[in-house]
Amino acid sequence: MLNFTKINILLIYLIFFFISIFSALNFQNKNNAIIDKKVNLGLDLQGGSYLLLEIDSSSLIEEKIQSKVIPIKKLLKENNLEYSNFKIENNKLKFSINNPEKFELLFFSKKDNFVNPYIDNYRSFELDFRKLDNSNIEVLFSKYGLLTINNSALKQSIEIVRRRIDDVGTKEPTILQRGEKRILVELPGLKDPGRIKTLLGKTAQLNFRLVSDNSEFGVDDLISENGEKLKISKRIVMSGENLIDAQPSVQNQQNEPTVSFTLDRLGAQKFGRATTDNVGKRLAIVLDGQIISAPNINEPITSGNGMISGNFTFQEATDLALLLRSGALPTPLNIVEERTVGPDLGEDSIKAGIISLIVGFILVIFFMFLKYKIFGLIANIALIANLLMLVGILTILEATLTLPGIAGIILTVGMAVDANVLIFERIKEELKTEKSIIHAFDTGYSKAKITVLDANITTLIAAIILFAFGSGPVKGFAITLGIGIITTLFTAYFLARHLTSIIVLRKKTQEVKI
Amino acid sequence: MIRNINFVSKFKKANIFSTLLFSLSIFFMIFKGLNYGIDFKGGTLIELRTDVSVNASSIRELLSSMNLGDINVKKFGKDGDYLIKVEQKKENNNNLISEIKKKLSDNLSAEVDFRRVENVGPKVSAELLESSIIAISLALAAMLFYIWVRFEWQFSIGSIIALFHDVIITLGIFSVLSLEINLSIIAAVLTIVGYSMNDTVVIYDRIRENLLKFTKISISDVANLSINETLSRTLITSITTLLALLSIYILGGEILRGFSFAMILGVIIGTYSSIFVASPILKFFKVSYKTLEKEEEKIAP
Repeated sequence: MLNFTKINILLIYLIFFFISIFSALNFQNKNNAIIDKKVNLGLDLQGGSYLLLEIDSSSLIEEKIQSKVIPIKKLLKENNLEYSNFKIENNKLKFSINNPEKFELLFFSKKDNFVNPYIDNYRSFELDFRKLDNSNIEVLFSKYGLLTINNSALKQSIEIVRRRIDDVGTKEPTILQRGEKRILVELPGLKDPGRIKTLLGKTAQLNFRLVSDNSEFGVDDLISENGEKLKISKRIVMSGENLIDAQPSVQNQQNEPTVSFTLDRLGAQKFGRATTDNVGKRLAIVLDGQIISAPNINEPITSGNGMISGNFTFQEATDLALLLRSGALPTPLNIVEERTVGPDLGEDSIKAGIISLIVGFILVIFFMFLKYKIFGLIANIALIANLLMLVGILTILEATLTLPGIAGIILTVGMAVDANVLIFERIKEELKTEKSIIHAFDTGYSKAKITVLDANITTLIAAIILFAFGSGPVKGFAITLGIGIITTLFTAYFLARHLTSIIVLRKKTQEVKI
Repeated sequence: MIRNINFVSKFKKANIFSTLLFSLSIFFMIFKGLNYGIDFKGGTLIELRTDVSVNASSIRELLSSMNLGDINVKKFGKDGDYLIKVEQKKENNNNLISEIKKKLSDNLSAEVDFRRVENVGPKVSAELLESSIIAISLALAAMLFYIWVRFEWQFSIGSIIALFHDVIITLGIFSVLSLEINLSIIAAVLTIVGYSMNDTVVIYDRIRENLLKFTKISISDVANLSINETLSRTLITSITTLLALLSIYILGGEILRGFSFAMILGVIIGTYSSIFVASPILKFFKVSYKTLEKEEEKIAP
């Protein structure tokens, strides 16, 4: 175990230098980086905000099932199927029918089925059909139908969340899908996520609806911005979808912050027609079911440009413009998890982490030297090499360093010497019975090998499981611990062994004390 | 030097001691329960700093006037640093944090800085708890499997009992001291599992080796010899690991304190259990060189 070929030695040091040189990249000047790689700091160290959003698709599903009513009724009529007791209950359509078998056949036809489309990806229909008894049936979304609705709502939401966050202008946000219903947002450096939370908390569905007592579409009782009770027609004159731009502006006369908007061609037409037909009436501007304002229509607006006023502060006008520009979210978003760390706390954590690393490191090095003298020195060199390689690998992977991650490094320092301790203790034992020193070292290394591997693999298993199941900062701990084990094995078994061999082979005849 | 301490003679006493601690831990975990943090219980945590020192009770009063439910305010490290915990409410209030901030800045005669805010909803906390339990169970199962592949089943059972011993007693101590269980404690527990296993494996390796070397002596003597032979390694590694952990515990800041405390407990208990729990079990199963013989070729190093 003490004989190294020249190629072996070369290889060991090449690997060591190649990997540990990467750790130096973290100290280079940001502006003229040679290779732009470094260890990223987690949000708990650099400060920032982590938000986990969940889409709430219940209202969307209600809407979607409602939209199936007319097509299904039409299908029934076209095929002369008599139905009665048609109602919607718990997102299910229920009705009685004289010939359920015929309906089932039509309902599940794969060809040109607009009522219940076949989703090729999932090999499933969008809707499901259940016979309650001989004549009563219910229609509801299939598992995959719901999945499709959720998926498209989630994709759309991610896009809109991204637009809103980009518009606010935070640095390097991360926006990712998490599972089937969630969006993960990371905003490094953000101290107070209050504004972003407010912006993401609004679906921003904008409607223009007439104030009207009687409407064939029904009315909603809403309260205006001045506390006035108004009856608002359910008919939507125009919605936010037709907006192509919105900007905050200040109206000259009263110096009042407002939002000016520009409509697309279709929107301009709709808006023009509605305002022409209803001069003198009031038009309510409704955002997420609440009236922003309900001004009088003084004259037809056909230019496709308009303005919303509503006792805004300038910040409110800016935010409303941003929301309208970015578009409406298909469903409301709930913040199900939030973690925010201020930058000064992050700095304190880094400081504390580094100080405890240095102190722990010095204590261990000192102890090892006292205990094993020259071989302690070798173990310490291996330990330093270990740290350099650990940071090097973290840099190559561009891993994220968290506070528990720093703890993982410190723990590696404590546990890394174990491999060398195991080997040295074994050699000590061998020296007692073995006359040849070289032979004692040789068998010591080979006998300790299995134990060292066994012992480290168990910790590696723990680290891998932590990485797979842990979240956020804990993952950071698992990464440093896991990589630490690998670098430990390398430095103890190759680097330290080679250094040991140099000493032992040189002192061949003398007494070697360990 | 090889110490010659008669560990086996102390096995009986140690086993009574361990069983007692283990049962007490279970008792406390059932009747006193564990103090779950917001990661697992849901709720809001705010770490705040004020520029002039204020009374924790005045913060408590202000918050209880807001009708937030169960509130916990305590000093956290330095003067002027406080930790607020607010119970999970059923309805989701996205503005809760800004409301609390406004209330405190308006009414306290001090500059209030929110240094850290964590808010975990009920669904997410339930999921975090579930995935933590899965992670720990999986880690135990993986260890069991590894040892079963590398050694014989008697060793596997011995090591897994030692692991349970360590995890349960660590959690028991957390229960007695009402220390908070959060995600980083789970990380600590998993690392303890790895560390304790590491220790057990080193002794088991030696026992296996000695069983094959000295076929004439009993498992008690082999265990005693093996523990003594590996003792200095066991102690040195525990010492260096504890040195590193103590350094985090004392200097690493408030956030890592619970984590490093759990690890320190785990290292001490883990070292103890490899000697006094894992080894007696081999004696209990009457493991001898014959147990190993059948598979000797497969496992011999």
